[in-house]
Amino acid sequence: MRYLVSVIDDKSNPGSTDRQPAISAFNERLIAEGHWVFAGGLADTDAATVIDNRGEQAMFSDGPFVESKEYLAGIWVWEAPDLDVALELATEASKVCDRKIEVRPFQ
Amino acid sequence: MNDVEQAITRAHREEWAWVVATLTRRFGDLDIAEDAAADAFAAALERWPADGVPPNPGAWLTTTANRKAIDRIRRESKRDDKYKEAQMVYGDHPPEPLGAIDDDRLRLMFTCCHPALAMESRVALTLRMVGGLSMPEIARAFLVQETTMGQRITRAKAKIKAARIPYRVPSTGDLPARVSGVLAVLYLVFNEGYLASGPDTDPVRDDLTTEAIRLTRLLRALMPEDGEVAGLLALMLLTEARHTARVSASGELVPLDEQDRGAWDATLIAEGHRLVRERLAAAAAGAAPGRYQILAAISAVHTSVRDIRDTDWSQVVALYDQLSRLDASPIVAMNRAIAVAELDGPDVALAAIDRLEDKLADYHAYHATRADLLRRLGRSSESRAAYDKAIGLVGNTAETAYLNRRRDQLQ
Repeated sequence: MRYLVSVIDDKSNPGSTDRQPAISAFNERLIAEGHWVFAGGLADTDAATVIDNRGEQAMFSDGPFVESKEYLAGIWVWEAPDLDVALELATEASKVCDRKIEVRPFQ
Repeated sequence: MNDVEQAITRAHREEWAWVVATLTRRFGDLDIAEDAAADAFAAALERWPADGVPPNPGAWLTTTANRKAIDRIRRESKRDDKYKEAQMVYGDHPPEPLGAIDDDRLRLMFTCCHPALAMESRVALTLRMVGGLSMPEIARAFLVQETTMGQRITRAKAKIKAARIPYRVPSTGDLPARVSGVLAVLYLVFNEGYLASGPDTDPVRDDLTTEAIRLTRLLRALMPEDGEVAGLLALMLLTEARHTARVSASGELVPLDEQDRGAWDATLIAEGHRLVRERLAAAAAGAAPGRYQILAAISAVHTSVRDIRDTDWSQVVALYDQLSRLDASPIVAMNRAIAVAELDGPDVALAAIDRLEDKLADYHAYHATRADLLRRLGRSSESRAAYDKAIGLVGNTAETAYLNRRRDQLQ
């Protein structure tokens, strides 16, 4: 079972910026235990562009699809046998990243 | 009700959880298990009056439900072959690794009370899947529309499936936290029955307290070693034992000091006391009691004496002290203060209560407690104001009637 694991930051109350070494160590463990599929940190939401080509002409707009205080700062894709395993890892990940984590299953 | 109807009612009470749990493991799907269990009971209603009650109703129902489930999957697979494949593959998987205790009904409880589900969904799902209550019964119990309750249960089942919430007893390390999650659901059901909220509902909902006790007894049978399960069962029994004395003929709440103790249920009290003694022995041997065990011990102190004047209040205060070390909530502090009033006087208690105002200003029992202490201190006008606040916040009809009378009796 695959889960999208989103790291959520808060513009008005951002998590600490010194987490990279801890995250790298955590990633090593995810790989060793067979949970790691993919991971990536994201650039600021200001760098996003939304494209809408449902009409006659493609429209580009600057910025994320929704403006909010909380935003997606990075993602993982994990392989885990069930939600209990994913939630246990996510509980650790939240400490490691010093941020909220959302776990959402792929279809 | 004739013999066959009685047998079906009994089978529903005793076997529903077992049938649903067994089928959930076999087919890996709560929907299929629930529908097939309902089909099997419908078949019993049809067949047992003519064929007689089978010698082993549980086995008959499980076999019938299994067959109904397979029929259903075949029928639906004509519309969707992939669905069938998925079900068959899941069904052929070896059983999940065993947790601390292996019983399908226990797995079912842990799945229904999973922390990734909203509390209201856990309650609804547990009453439906483990308790076997019908959707209209559950909707009525929580004063919501049947469609709303239906959607709540459907959404919870869909999440269990989509996110793959496991059908498993948690590992030993997670067990205490997860058991306490199950107990929280059962206690919530009990409390909603014991002090039902809403202006148009009965003050005591026996259907809910009875169901909560039944499910807690089941959990106790499945986890006889767990101290908190024993504690919650004892607490429920000792509370339920007083329920006929707790509401007067005119529908008014009767406080502990005015209750007719002869009307308490001696059998329930004896059973509750036995459980509390069992836990006291365990505590003496070094097991640290959790909050339900301490609450049950407090209830045991109250139910041990025939006359409220004989109550060992110093013991009650000591137990609340022990509880505050586990749970520093303002409600525990408030209940401790109520016992302190008996030991050290209402003035000492009132000082303690007043320190909780910031946290409990919206809680009716806080104002009711203050009102009572002020009344005992002869501060009538302050007492009246506090009763007014309590009446404005209270949701239970019997409690409203009691508070109104107390307020109107003030000089």
